[in-house]
Amino acid sequence: MLSTQQADDDSSYVFVAKLDNARNVSNILKAIHFKDTATVFVTSQGLKVTVEDAKCVQANAFIQAAVFHHFVLTQDQVTFKVNLSVLIECLTIFGSGPGPSAATSMKMCYEGYGRPLVVILEEEGVLTDCSLKTLEPDEVLDFDFCSTNVINKIIMKSECLKEVFSELDNTSDVLQILMSPDAPYLQLSTFGNSGSTHSSFSKDSDMVEAFQCTQTQSNRYKMQLLRPSSKALALSTRISIRTDARGFLSLQYMIKNDDGQVCFVEFFCAPDEEIDEPGH
Amino acid sequence: MKFRAKLVDISCIQQFTNVVATVSKLIKVCTLRLTSDKLYFILSETVVNGGVQIWCELPQGHFCDEYAMQGASTEANEIFLELNPENLLRALKTGQSARWIKLKLTNKHTPCLTVEVDLPTVGSHQRLAVHDIPITIIKRRNWADYAEPEMPNFDVSIAMPALKMLKNVVDKMKNISNFVVLSANQSGEMKLSVETDMVSVNTHFRDLFNPSWRHDGGDDAGENPRASQRDPSEFAQARIDIRRFSQFLSGQQVNPNRVICSEFTSLLLEYLLECVFDGEKERPSS
Repeated sequence: MLSTQQADDDSSYVFVAKLDNARNVSNILKAIHFKDTATVFVTSQGLKVTVEDAKCVQANAFIQAAVFHHFVLTQDQVTFKVNLSVLIECLTIFGSGPGPSAATSMKMCYEGYGRPLVVILEEEGVLTDCSLKTLEPDEVLDFDFCSTNVINKIIMKSECLKEVFSELDNTSDVLQILMSPDAPYLQLSTFGNSGSTHSSFSKDSDMVEAFQCTQTQSNRYKMQLLRPSSKALALSTRISIRTDARGFLSLQYMIKNDDGQVCFVEFFCAPDEEIDEPGH
Repeated sequence: MKFRAKLVDISCIQQFTNVVATVSKLIKVCTLRLTSDKLYFILSETVVNGGVQIWCELPQGHFCDEYAMQGASTEANEIFLELNPENLLRALKTGQSARWIKLKLTNKHTPCLTVEVDLPTVGSHQRLAVHDIPITIIKRRNWADYAEPEMPNFDVSIAMPALKMLKNVVDKMKNISNFVVLSANQSGEMKLSVETDMVSVNTHFRDLFNPSWRHDGGDDAGENPRASQRDPSEFAQARIDIRRFSQFLSGQQVNPNRVICSEFTSLLLEYLLECVFDGEKERPSS
């Protein structure tokens, strides 16, 4: 239905994307939904949606063009800012619950700078059209996180980390992440009212798929900033944890959608403070 | 003043419970009107933002095996009482496997609606649960406040789409705005719209059924003249409080065959919600 109607007047749009299952997009967006507004970058590669908080944490969701069954972009790049909460409400307007409910097909169009983002959804013959105001895009933070500066990198299955994250001590302000080529290899620590907790993973664990740590590094990150990443963690199957020489943290989550396609969500977080050498 | 009713059939008990459950989801205090052939649950509320009216008629012959009542006087053979439907629901909930349920008007310190539930037992002993629900008898001079609401001449009557989807849509819209504009026409199209400074969302439902509304007691029983004179593609619209609307939709304990929404364009946009609730009237008889 969506593909037949308005087939001819798509020419006025600079960006048109169609998808049979809107949940493939809405789920990824929910993973980075910790602020109301998001900046959307559209390139021929696909969509990149960026959310930032406190100039210290940034989340990026990548939805490749291949996820859409129709993806047309007439310019090199299109950038706009939208209210992410409203966009998610719109995408899930027919209900978002998992299960065998009929898929919602979606069409997303954008006419260009200053124009609204139009999202049309259809399920079982019922049509919803949404017109979201777009805002002036902000400049997004550049964490200058370059793979050549990466000191430690661990790729692991998300399963065990989900448990660790769900049991983190909420009275602790910070989460300390220690990565090291020697024992304890990977350790997550919290320092709360009732004491400290340490969760360690051996590099030989079945959960760890790649272990490339070159030097011992321990950094603290504000729990408040990291907590939103647990939404992405819950959806993901694999996670890559990387730190660079400055202690900046990059968390990359691999998320499989309903159709088995893989999307990525990435979090960058600045360290809370320099910590002194052990023994101090 | 006397009232006694006995429900025996388990499906009648359950249906009655469902009706009470629906009413109790919507309001805290309602009026129960008893006449010789019908029970009515009535609420008429007028507040600033969307007053709600409920008019629910239950024919006693359909529900009750025994029914006896004697009203305030012979010329006004009716009883009006006020009760908390949740209390009644709680009493009825114990009777989901009952052999019978009796409803009686009693006077135990204060006027009460007594619910006697006879529960099945293994042995020969009777297991009887008695619930006394305090009530207030409404004086005869106030009865006029609970008259049946008059059906306005609707512009459009339309059967609601599948409630599950409608509820999903309304619940999502609730997160966007406080009010929704509902538009419908006589060609089976209905539209829900919310608009804020950030977004405008319209959901279009098509191929819905437009029932012809018959006036009760009207001898011509024809179609509403207002509705039939209209251009069928012309939309009538009303603005309603989303929270009340969502509350109404989630209160549906009885699976209605049909929810009829009728609307009336007027200066009082709240009218619509009242009309939606009037849809309840259809249910016990369907």
